[in-house]
Amino acid sequence: MSSNARIIASFHDQVGSLAMDIALDVPAQGVTAVFGPSGSGKTTLLRTLAGLHQAKDGFCSVAGQVWQQDRFFLPTHKRLIGYVFQDAALFPHLCVRKNLLFGASKSMREGGDLWNGIIAALELQPLISRSVHNLSGGEKQRVAIGRALLSEPQLLLMDEPLSALDEASKREILPLLERLCQGLSVPLIYVSHNMAEIERIADTLVLMEQGHILAQGPLHQLQTNPDLPLFDSSNAAITLEATLQNYDATYGLAQFDVNGAQFFVPTASRPTAARHRLKILARDVSLSLIRPEQSSILNAVPVVIQHAKRSDDQHMTLSLRLNPSNASTISHATVLLARITRRSWDSLELKPGMEIFASVKSVALERG
Amino acid sequence: MNGFSHEIWQAISLTLQLAGLTTIILVLIGTPLAWWLARSGRWWKEIIGTCVSLPLVLPPTVIGFYLLILLGPSGPGGALANLWGLRTLAFSFSGLVLGSVIYSLPFMVQPLRNAFEANGSRPLEAAATLRATPFQAFWRVAIPMAVPGLLSGMILTFTHTIGEFGVVLMIGGNIPGQTKVLSIAIFDYVETGQWQAAHSLAAAMVVFAFLIILALKLVERRLSARVTP
Repeated sequence: MSSNARIIASFHDQVGSLAMDIALDVPAQGVTAVFGPSGSGKTTLLRTLAGLHQAKDGFCSVAGQVWQQDRFFLPTHKRLIGYVFQDAALFPHLCVRKNLLFGASKSMREGGDLWNGIIAALELQPLISRSVHNLSGGEKQRVAIGRALLSEPQLLLMDEPLSALDEASKREILPLLERLCQGLSVPLIYVSHNMAEIERIADTLVLMEQGHILAQGPLHQLQTNPDLPLFDSSNAAITLEATLQNYDATYGLAQFDVNGAQFFVPTASRPTAARHRLKILARDVSLSLIRPEQSSILNAVPVVIQHAKRSDDQHMTLSLRLNPSNASTISHATVLLARITRRSWDSLELKPGMEIFASVKSVALERG
Repeated sequence: MNGFSHEIWQAISLTLQLAGLTTIILVLIGTPLAWWLARSGRWWKEIIGTCVSLPLVLPPTVIGFYLLILLGPSGPGGALANLWGLRTLAFSFSGLVLGSVIYSLPFMVQPLRNAFEANGSRPLEAAATLRATPFQAFWRVAIPMAVPGLLSGMILTFTHTIGEFGVVLMIGGNIPGQTKVLSIAIFDYVETGQWQAAHSLAAAMVVFAFLIILALKLVERRLSARVTP
């Protein structure tokens, strides 16, 4: 991919106690999640991309436009970004409408197509003439997201927009955000320390640790990389892009295709999203040497063991390639993870290269 | 009120002019100064901040003494006065305005600086991400959010200038229509034994001060409810 379609940045700077040493290279499209423990420099990276912090030694180019290079530094107000702060940062002296219109261009009047689209997507209509003082945390964050979008950014940056919210507000905003991300042509860089959020919305993942990037790439690739800490986690999971094949209304069962493998997922109604995403936890996958028959488990697929790694004293984590028979898909192989006990590993005498069957106890529909 | 002589009305009018002009000048000077003190990262800014606060603790006579030298014929004030044909700025209305500006500076700068500091940099960062230039962010965000502080500063400056005595006595003297402000007038009445006149003026000033401070409190309460995040 040419540099015109990428976000490329390298920052070297000492920020307080954090030694920032970043070489970022991600696509300028879709959702890129930045994940890492607190203090790993996620927010500093985002602020530096926005120009709110000026790295002493830095380069930054977004979709072919250089924002920082040598002595050149484009100030924040000249970067076409939308930034959503953790605390919403609404202007307290302005009502919701004036907050929304603050960064909107003169040509973008209230009632235009873009305005209507954003107001509808974020369900902002009932809030518009209210003061910002009596909004709930979730409402504030929705206004902040709307305000950023209405400034017609070329790059959207969000700094843990959900972390300050209670569970109820999170449940209210996440689906809106998810729908927004799918409908959006603007690339989004989303800082979070919540893997569950990332598994729902991200396409690309950047893993951070102590001021530098541990790994970056497509979400699925990083999830299944045995060298990364995600692999060993007890919450290790993979996400799969799936196409809807069929919906059985009698049993409320949706049938999805993932590179030729079929997965059945119970859902209350026929899924409607443009792109479906399934999530499978490694601990929900069990293995058997022969095809399981007469079992209540709906999803059993043939796989080949790719890697196996001892994750802790009790567990092994395995990466399993789907569809061993279908050679054409191997180049962009779809991989499942299974977290099994070491005792099972030994008693089944499993080893890399073996063809076995993976039974998936539960498949979650992350995007329906 | 009808009992007030022409001389008293003249003193009242002069006092209001002095306080009004001082307040206007201090809004113009104090706002950028308070902004710089609140936002600058330079280590020596507190030296300037200390100079601004000095009039709070110095006896008015000390300020008055230095101002007298500064404004007098052999000081820079005298050279300045020469430009429009005067010999000195001391004992003139312009000199009084200059003295009041210096003496009331902390009353304007301190509340404004506190307001700018309390609002922090987050709203300005948010404005910058929404394409506001630093200048626009200042006018559209920093100033509106600091309105309670600005208002306190203006009212404090105005009332403080009205109540000023020592500095005026040192650099202004007692020239009716020129430098004879209310506080001097009261002093004058007491000195010359006109107790009745002193009484009515003093009482009027107590009522005035009370009303101003009350208004300040009410306005502040209303406004800060509006701009507190």
